[in-house]
Amino acid sequence: MNVAVAKTGGGRAVSDLFASAEGRLSASPDVIAARREAFESYERLGLPHRRIEEWKYTDLRALVGEVLPLAAAPDAAALKRASDAVKAHAIEGARKLVLVDGVFAAELSDVKALASEVSLMTLREALQKDPGVLKTVSTDAVIALNAALATDGVVLSIADGAQLSAPVQVVHVATAASVSVFTRSQVKVGKGARATIIESFVAAGAKTYQVNDAVIIAVGDDADVAHIRLMDDAPDAVNITSQFVTVGANTKLNFFNMTSGAAVSRLQGFITLAGEGSELSINGVNLLQKTEHGDTTLVVDHAVPNCVSREIFRAVIDDRAHSVFQGRIIVRPDAQKTDGKMMTRALLLSDEAEADNKPELEIFADDVSCGHGATAGALDDTLLFYLKARGLPEKQAQALLIQAFVGEAIEQIADDGLREHVIGMAERWLERRS
Amino acid sequence: MMALLEVKDLKVRVEEREILHGLTLTVNEGEVHAIMGPNGSGKSTLSHVIAGKPGYEVTDGQILFKGEDLLEMAPEERAAKGVFLAFQYPVEIPGVATMTFLRTALNAQRKARGESEYSTPDFLKKVREVSKSLNIPQDMLKRGVNVGFSGGEKKRNEVLQMALFEPSLCILDEMDSGLDIDALRIAADGVNALRSPKRAMVVITHYQRLLNYIVPDVVHVMSRGRVVKSGGKELALELEASGYAQFEAA
Repeated sequence: MNVAVAKTGGGRAVSDLFASAEGRLSASPDVIAARREAFESYERLGLPHRRIEEWKYTDLRALVGEVLPLAAAPDAAALKRASDAVKAHAIEGARKLVLVDGVFAAELSDVKALASEVSLMTLREALQKDPGVLKTVSTDAVIALNAALATDGVVLSIADGAQLSAPVQVVHVATAASVSVFTRSQVKVGKGARATIIESFVAAGAKTYQVNDAVIIAVGDDADVAHIRLMDDAPDAVNITSQFVTVGANTKLNFFNMTSGAAVSRLQGFITLAGEGSELSINGVNLLQKTEHGDTTLVVDHAVPNCVSREIFRAVIDDRAHSVFQGRIIVRPDAQKTDGKMMTRALLLSDEAEADNKPELEIFADDVSCGHGATAGALDDTLLFYLKARGLPEKQAQALLIQAFVGEAIEQIADDGLREHVIGMAERWLERRS
Repeated sequence: MMALLEVKDLKVRVEEREILHGLTLTVNEGEVHAIMGPNGSGKSTLSHVIAGKPGYEVTDGQILFKGEDLLEMAPEERAAKGVFLAFQYPVEIPGVATMTFLRTALNAQRKARGESEYSTPDFLKKVREVSKSLNIPQDMLKRGVNVGFSGGEKKRNEVLQMALFEPSLCILDEMDSGLDIDALRIAADGVNALRSPKRAMVVITHYQRLLNYIVPDVVHVMSRGRVVKSGGKELALELEASGYAQFEAA
């Protein structure tokens, strides 16, 4: 196998990464130009490291070191493995759209079952019309690399007024080892529409791989959208996901993230409240063990007045694992009557577990209500003793308290079935632990 | 009559300070014992040590339960063997539904004893019966354990557990604290319903009042880490009249 390793500092090996991928990235000269520009930006910056403020706690040069070569398009055997993994992670009633090793797999997807108000293109198709989907406001190196190398993704458009009864589940499946996968998706939700989007990251046999995903979500006015991300990648994998979300007026948005896999992961969300009267609820759980490193970094930008944002995050950290939460709330000068609250709590199950919480408020308006709280601590001995005195063995007593701890975030998921699914994921994690 | 609990010359320290200085107590099957004494006499320490709460160092003596060395057992083993401590201050556990907690605990005890676990319908039926008799509304069972419960509700929840788990030794630690007379009556009625020839109870209380409702067979007076006097139920009335001062002299 040709292992063309991309070194972090730039140089020949990095260029090879792009050169070897170019044939796969095809499309128009405009697209190639946009990708080349993005790649050059990445080459200048290299992988983020601890001296870059936003990446202080997640030094990818130290944790990951190198970008693995681009995954090949899946063959029949890979698709078969992926199919089994998709079944194992199915969510009842959801319409599945499956990406295998970074390539849309129509044969595994429920394209025909999508509601008529949902239009679907792959990223490859979308790029033939417009390279704009490769553009984001970010100057982040991993996002630049994603723009350069994203092989595929789904581009969804949900019509104005659509009331989707079935969730759309985008399943990212990794079947190949020692490769990296770049995907980029876009979701547009029309005015007054109601939809639930699930994104699952799963492994089908692969152990060591790297995922770099970007999602661009634009939600119109008067909409009601739930987005649930379930990251259950292989224990040796790397997953870096970037979300860009813009929200219209009078819209309800309910975001949730579950991190229960991958050796190194980061979810970075950039959410802009761009229309008045909207309510954002963004919640998540990190379940980390062994030497796992899980980072949640969020920027919630109140650009207009009269919006509410709520963030509830819980991290359960065992062994020598390391959880990072960075939450920034920006309130722009015009954004009066902003109501923004953020609460993050870490539960340390071992003396060597580590939690870094970095809440930041940047408030430029004078009539707002904003607050944040962060705690880190062990399980309460008094509660543990009560449970043991009632007959629960240590591990079972711990499990019950851990479930209650993460439950405060999980209960923010409005849909009963999805909430139960996420509780089930947490239970399985706890079983693996004992 | 078989001795259920035998505490022999028990000496206990907390952070280098000796709290129990050689306490001896025998409780037989079917008996209800009251332990009375002033604050700081070591009543709660005794209950905690029997239940296995960490933080207490036993420096001498032993505790036998049905002839077995209780101090060698983890708290959950003691529970499965039939030791139940009704807490003076039952903890609140947000996020753990009372029903889930009750089922998990009962099945953990049964599993430890090698008995089959309750199915959900059988369990629900049992809980409904018992909670009804204790005047515990069903919606209370859906809430987090003791979360938002009044003092009386918390104590009734302890009695509910006692009724469900069917322990052979119940230790009631200051069950009357924080209860008004009506709440006390309901809780005491629940306890009295559980009196049986195979079950013993140790009622720890500062005041005689509780013993009007749960009438003991034996009353012990504790002072400064020892049992200083034992007698029949009339001893409690004597104490009510004369106070603890007579036992406080060094």
